[in-house]
Amino acid sequence: CGTHKMNLFQSITSALDNTLASDPTAVIFGEDVAFGGVFRCTVGLRDKYGKDRVFNTPLCEQGIVGFGIGAAVAGATAIAEIQFADYIYPAFDQIVNEAAKYRYRSGNLFDCGSLTIRAPWGCVGHGSLYHSQSPEAFFAHCPGIKVVIPRSPVQAKGLLLSCIADKNPCIFFEPKILYRAAVEQVPEEPYIIPLSQAEILQEGSDVTLVAWGTQIHVMKEVAAMAQEKLGVSCEVIDLQTILPWDTETICKSVVKTGRLLISHEAPITGGFAAEISSTVQEECFLNLEAPISRVCGYDTPFPHIFEPFYIPDKWKCFEAIKKMINY
Amino acid sequence: EYEPSHIYLNRAVSAGAAAVVSARTYADFTNEATFEIKKCDTFKLDEGPATQVVMTRDEGLQYYRTMQTMRRMELKADQLYKQKIIRGFCHLYDGQEACAVGIEAAINLSDHLITAYRAHGYTYTRGGTVKKIMAELTGRRGGIAKGKGGSMHMYCKHFYGGNGIVGAQVPLGAGVALACKYQGNSELCVCLYGDGAANQGQIFETYNMAALWKLPVIFICENNGYGMGTSVERAAASTDYFKRGEFIPGVRVDGMDVLCVREASRFAADYCRSGKGPILMELQTYRYHGHSMSDPGVSYRTREEIQEVRSKSDPISMLKDRMLSNNMASVEELKEIDVEVRKEIEDAAQFATTDPEPPLEDLCNHIFHNNPPLEVRGTNPWSKLKSVS
Repeated sequence: CGTHKMNLFQSITSALDNTLASDPTAVIFGEDVAFGGVFRCTVGLRDKYGKDRVFNTPLCEQGIVGFGIGAAVAGATAIAEIQFADYIYPAFDQIVNEAAKYRYRSGNLFDCGSLTIRAPWGCVGHGSLYHSQSPEAFFAHCPGIKVVIPRSPVQAKGLLLSCIADKNPCIFFEPKILYRAAVEQVPEEPYIIPLSQAEILQEGSDVTLVAWGTQIHVMKEVAAMAQEKLGVSCEVIDLQTILPWDTETICKSVVKTGRLLISHEAPITGGFAAEISSTVQEECFLNLEAPISRVCGYDTPFPHIFEPFYIPDKWKCFEAIKKMINY
Repeated sequence: EYEPSHIYLNRAVSAGAAAVVSARTYADFTNEATFEIKKCDTFKLDEGPATQVVMTRDEGLQYYRTMQTMRRMELKADQLYKQKIIRGFCHLYDGQEACAVGIEAAINLSDHLITAYRAHGYTYTRGGTVKKIMAELTGRRGGIAKGKGGSMHMYCKHFYGGNGIVGAQVPLGAGVALACKYQGNSELCVCLYGDGAANQGQIFETYNMAALWKLPVIFICENNGYGMGTSVERAAASTDYFKRGEFIPGVRVDGMDVLCVREASRFAADYCRSGKGPILMELQTYRYHGHSMSDPGVSYRTREEIQEVRSKSDPISMLKDRMLSNNMASVEELKEIDVEVRKEIEDAAQFATTDPEPPLEDLCNHIFHNNPPLEVRGTNPWSKLKSVS
C-alpha cells in the first residue's frame, strides 16, 4: 500500500481527507479552515468536498464547540478546529459541562461521541503567552472526554482517525512546532492507532522516561545522552493518550527499571506528570529505587522572551536522570 | 515611566520652533479653519456628531506628528521583524492611525482605555514612549512591560493593554467603567475591539451589563474589514456593527478621517459623562499590513484594494492636504516634522536593539502578589527560582 512523504500538517489533512471520503456525515469547521487553515491542515478539502462540509465559523470558540456538540448529538461526525489551544478556554464550559457529561446525564440516551476537537498545541519558539500553551492537564481532570497528543505524522494520522471513530468526544492536540519539522512516510490509506495504549519506543533497563508530543523527541535525545555519558539504559515511552491513560504499560516498565522520569512543557504544579507520579507510586512503591522525577515547565505563565529557559530541555532531563541514578 | 499630558504640548512647541526655520513665519499661517466632515449614521439617537468642525493649526500639527510617529514606528517594527530582531507575533496598526489619535483628542489622559492586540498605536497615544514600545517588542528590560509582555501586552497609566485573547478585553472595559461610576470621578472607559471580536459572546454579555447599569463606557468597534483573513461579510450576519448593541445607541464613523473620529468621540464622551450610559461607535478603517507579520495580507484582498485606500483615504495624507490647502502649515514645516520623527524612531530602534534582555531572575517575578518572596517550582525538583512581587 502506498506511503507518501508527509509532514505533520499534511498527515492531518490526509486523515481528514480519508474521513470526508468515507463518512458522508463528516463536517469540518472552525476559524479559517476553508482556505486551508492557518497551519494548512485543511488545504484542498473544501474544494474537494464542498462548502457545506468544510466551512468557516465566526470568531467564537464557545459557539464553535457548542455547535459541534449539537451537530454530533444529531448524528454528524463533527470535527471542530480551535485555532490555538490557548483559545480553547471560552469553550471549556461546553467541553466539560456539556460534551463530557452528555452520555452520562442522559442515561446513554444521547451522546456527542462523534465530536472531535483539534487544536495546535505546545511551544513553538516564539509563541509567548498565548500561542504556546499545553492545556492537557485541565482536560485530564474531566471524565467523559478523551485527550490525545501525537508525536509524529504517522502517529498523528492514526490517532486522529481513532479519535474521529471513537464514540466519545475527543480532544486532539497537535504539536504546532512539528507541523513542518516532522516528516515521515505516511500511508495514504486510512489506518488507526488504538487509543489509551502507550507506545514503548525504545526498551531499556535502568530508567523509564515518559513524555508525549514534542517532548518525546527530547527524551529520545536524553536517552542517547544517558547511554553514552552514563552508561544508563533508558526505556522511552510515548503516552499518546492522556485520558484515559495506559497505567499498565507505564507501571510494568517502572517495575522493571525502578526509576521514572516524566517530562512536559506545561507548568509542574498540577501538570499531568503529577497524576502519573501519584498512580505509579501507589502501584509500584516497593519497586522504586528513587523518587519519581518530574521535569516540567516552571509555575509561571508561558514566558515571552524567557522561553529557552522555561522549557524542560534535554540538559534538565539529563540532570534529573543523573540524580536518580545516584540516589 | 511614561510621558504624561505634556507630551502634546512639547510636540506642539517644537513644531512651532520648526516653523521659524522655514521660509514663512508663524504669522503667515491660518490659525484655525472650519472643515466639513462626513455625517455619521446614527442608531437610536436623535442627533449625531457635528459635521462642521474647527481645527487649529496647533491641533493639526499635533495630530500630524502623532500619526506620523505611529506610522513610522509600525514600519520600523516591520523592518525589525523581518530582520528577526522582533520575534513572535506582531500586529501592525498602519492605516488606522486616525482612530487612536482622534479618540485621544476627544478624551483626557485621566480617562481609561483598553483595546485588543493591535495596540502599539494606543500605547503611544496613551503616553508610552516610542523607545519603551520598541524595546518591549524586542523583549528588552527597557520595554514598557519590562520585556515580559511583548507586542500584545503593553500597558501604561489608564491604559489596560494590549490583550491577546479576542474579545476578552471588553467585559474588562465595562468593569473599569463601573469603577469610574462608583468613584464618581466623571471618568469614562473607551473599550475597543475589532470586527472579528464583534461576534464573541462576551461582547453581548458586556452590552447587557453596561446598559443595565448605565456604565460610562464607549464601546468602539474598529472595523477594518477583515478578521484576520475573513472579510466581514463572511463572518457576520449583520455588518452594521454600530447597531449590534441593540439597546445601546450607536454611531458609524469614517475612521480614516481624524476629525470625524475626534468629533464622534467628543459626542460619545459627552453622552457618557452626562450619565446616559454606554454608547457604541463603529470606526470604519483599514489596515495596510496583513493581520500580523505572519500574514502577507494579499491572499484575501487585492493589492489594488490596498493601493486604492492608500491613495484615496490615507489618514495622514488627508490631514496634510487639509492643512496645506487651508494655509495652516507649509510643506517644509511638515517635512521638518517627518525628519524629527524619523530620528526619534531610529534612536528608539537603536535602543531597542542594544538594550539588554531582562535578567533571568525576572522569569518568576510578579506571578502573585507575595511578601516574602515565593519559591517557584521548576523544571526539576532541585531547581527553584524566587518570585518577587
